[in-house]
Amino acid sequence: MNEVPLTHILFLSTALFFIGAYGLFTRRNMITMLMAIELMLNSVNINFVAFNKYLYADKLDGIFFSIFIITIAAAEAAVAIAIIINLYRSHHSIDVEDATELKY
Amino acid sequence: MSNPIFIALIPILPLTCFLLLGLFGRKHFSTTGGIIGTLSLFISTILSFATAYQYFFQTGKINGVYQKIIVFKYTWLEFAPNLSIDMGILLDPITVMMLVVVSFVSLMVHVFSLGYMKGETRFATYYAFLSLFTFSMLGLILSSNIFQIYLFWELVGVSSFLLIGFYFEKPSAVAASKKAFIVTRFADLGFLIGILILAFYAHTLDFGILIERLSVISSPYLTAINAASFLGMSALSWGLILVFIGGAGKSAMFPLHIWLPDAMEGPTPVSALIHAATMVVAGVFLVARLFPIFALSDPGALQVVMYTGAFSAFFAAVIACTQTDIKRVLAYSTMSQIGYMMFALGVSKYSGEEGLGYMGSMFHLFTHAFFKSLLFLGAGSVIHFVHSNEMKDMGGLRKLMPITHISFLIACLAIAGIPPFAGFFSKEEILMAAFESNRLIYVVALITSGLTAFYMFRLYYSIFWSKDASVNNHHGEGTISMKIPLILLAILAIGSGLVPIASFVTADGLPITSHVPISFSVLPVSLALLGILLATRLFKNSNDLPVRISQQMGGLYTAASRKFYIDEVYLFVTKKILFNLIGKPAAWFDKHIVDGLMNLLANSTAKVSELIKGFQSGKVQDYALYFFGGIASLIILFIYLWQ
Repeated sequence: MNEVPLTHILFLSTALFFIGAYGLFTRRNMITMLMAIELMLNSVNINFVAFNKYLYADKLDGIFFSIFIITIAAAEAAVAIAIIINLYRSHHSIDVEDATELKY
Repeated sequence: MSNPIFIALIPILPLTCFLLLGLFGRKHFSTTGGIIGTLSLFISTILSFATAYQYFFQTGKINGVYQKIIVFKYTWLEFAPNLSIDMGILLDPITVMMLVVVSFVSLMVHVFSLGYMKGETRFATYYAFLSLFTFSMLGLILSSNIFQIYLFWELVGVSSFLLIGFYFEKPSAVAASKKAFIVTRFADLGFLIGILILAFYAHTLDFGILIERLSVISSPYLTAINAASFLGMSALSWGLILVFIGGAGKSAMFPLHIWLPDAMEGPTPVSALIHAATMVVAGVFLVARLFPIFALSDPGALQVVMYTGAFSAFFAAVIACTQTDIKRVLAYSTMSQIGYMMFALGVSKYSGEEGLGYMGSMFHLFTHAFFKSLLFLGAGSVIHFVHSNEMKDMGGLRKLMPITHISFLIACLAIAGIPPFAGFFSKEEILMAAFESNRLIYVVALITSGLTAFYMFRLYYSIFWSKDASVNNHHGEGTISMKIPLILLAILAIGSGLVPIASFVTADGLPITSHVPISFSVLPVSLALLGILLATRLFKNSNDLPVRISQQMGGLYTAASRKFYIDEVYLFVTKKILFNLIGKPAAWFDKHIVDGLMNLLANSTAKVSELIKGFQSGKVQDYALYFFGGIASLIILFIYLWQ
């Protein structure tokens, strides 16, 4: 079986990253935005794992990094959801357009 | 009594009294404040007399010469090992004489005020101010250091400001106090610069050392200060003339005299104290204090003193003939008499018989203090009775106020120089000194002396004769406390001329014997009598002669009664020239350039922030976009521009 070349995986992760970025900028729902961020994080994870496998197969650094990122993403999700809950309590909405008090 | 504490107590007692009355007076001493002030000053006066006795008869004289004794000295601010501001007490003949005069006249004024100011709401405050003034004046004359004298000099200015403006509800009193303060303060600027010049070259501020270093011919300091020159005058002349300007400001010499007549807005006893006997002679005292330097090292500066004094004496006498406010007449008369003292110093030399002018000046200071404060207190008594300062509201008061009348007459005779009253003796010495050294000054002094007799008796007749009394309020002449000072001062106005000042107070400390021949006295006395006769003819009974004469004189009379337009000149100089040429451009510069720069900074900051505040939209996604945009542009930067 032919091995999948590195460039294919990089295309995948780039696509995933920009899908995430697009989601972050266009969606107004905070939960959707959170999900978009997770997408971007995962594209980075794919990059790490792929580079680790193709360039430094005898090392595990890239894999450790992606494990770190997964852990931190979990924590970040917890914090983000706490923020969303508080936003909902104060604004009765999780639409970011409704919370624009922090301006000039 | 050789204990310095007793001498230090002389000024400290009034100071304590000022603090006590100033802080607690209104609540606790609103009626007893006067008694407290008077008692503490009474003790000071006794101590002064004891000090004077001890100095003149026991400790002061060493080998027949009166010494400068430093009673104690405390180094207060040390700038360099040889340059320090000390607080000390210096006793010499003029200090001791002034001590007696100031404390005694001040005591008389304190006693007089007990009756005069009775019922004032700010009675205790008044006494607090009086005490402050007495403290400053006593401190001034006891100073052992030229900077110490400057401190007290300013304190005297402040307390005089407070006392002139005592009736601060009256706008004219407020204006007068401001005027007095500003004019004297302006003159004090000269004094300060003079002090700095003298101290810079002599490397000391101490009076004794300063005088020694600047008056001994071979002194290197004197050579240095004479060698330095500015605008064609030596640094010594500059220093002395600037110091004299300070003295001229306090002593109301022309052209810095404008504050003195207006200062009569204060309570009358205050005028008696400040503007007759004590503060206004501070300038004379200052020149006398530095007299060895003037006389031995810089006769030129002494000439300035002489001409200023003589001109002021004559000028003020002419104005005094035309004034109608009795206190203003007295104010100009004071200015004239101080002019006498000044030019007497000016014609004097340092040593021996030639120091007659110095002695005469101090003698006149001594006698003048008594008869002039008597005149002011008498005027106060009259004003208390009539409730007016204007001559036209008075007349025929001699029956109603016998004691005031007699004492006022005595004082008038004394100031006119009629023997055997006090003024005669001191004036003779001054005239003699002028005669021996400068005939022009002598002639001016003679004419002034005739004028003095004329305007004083014009005043006397207008108050006590002239017409029948038109005043109906028969509340009496005043309380006993107002009469006692009048009587005591009247006795001194007769007797103080007999005090042999010549053997105590001289420039070099050696007693001199003054002998004015009787033939010399004939001319001044007959001139004075002529003045009195003229005044009797014109003013004893009311007639239209004075009015006709003044109409004959035309412009001259108007000019004199308008005080020769000096005030107008000052107003012109300050308002038109200073304000327009310096004040307004400076204000414009401040408003447009200085403020403008600041406004420009503020406005441009505001403009820029107005421009960029749109970035702070408050939308999370905008911020995220900026963030990504920033990262993206950084990446582009790194990739394409890094090489």
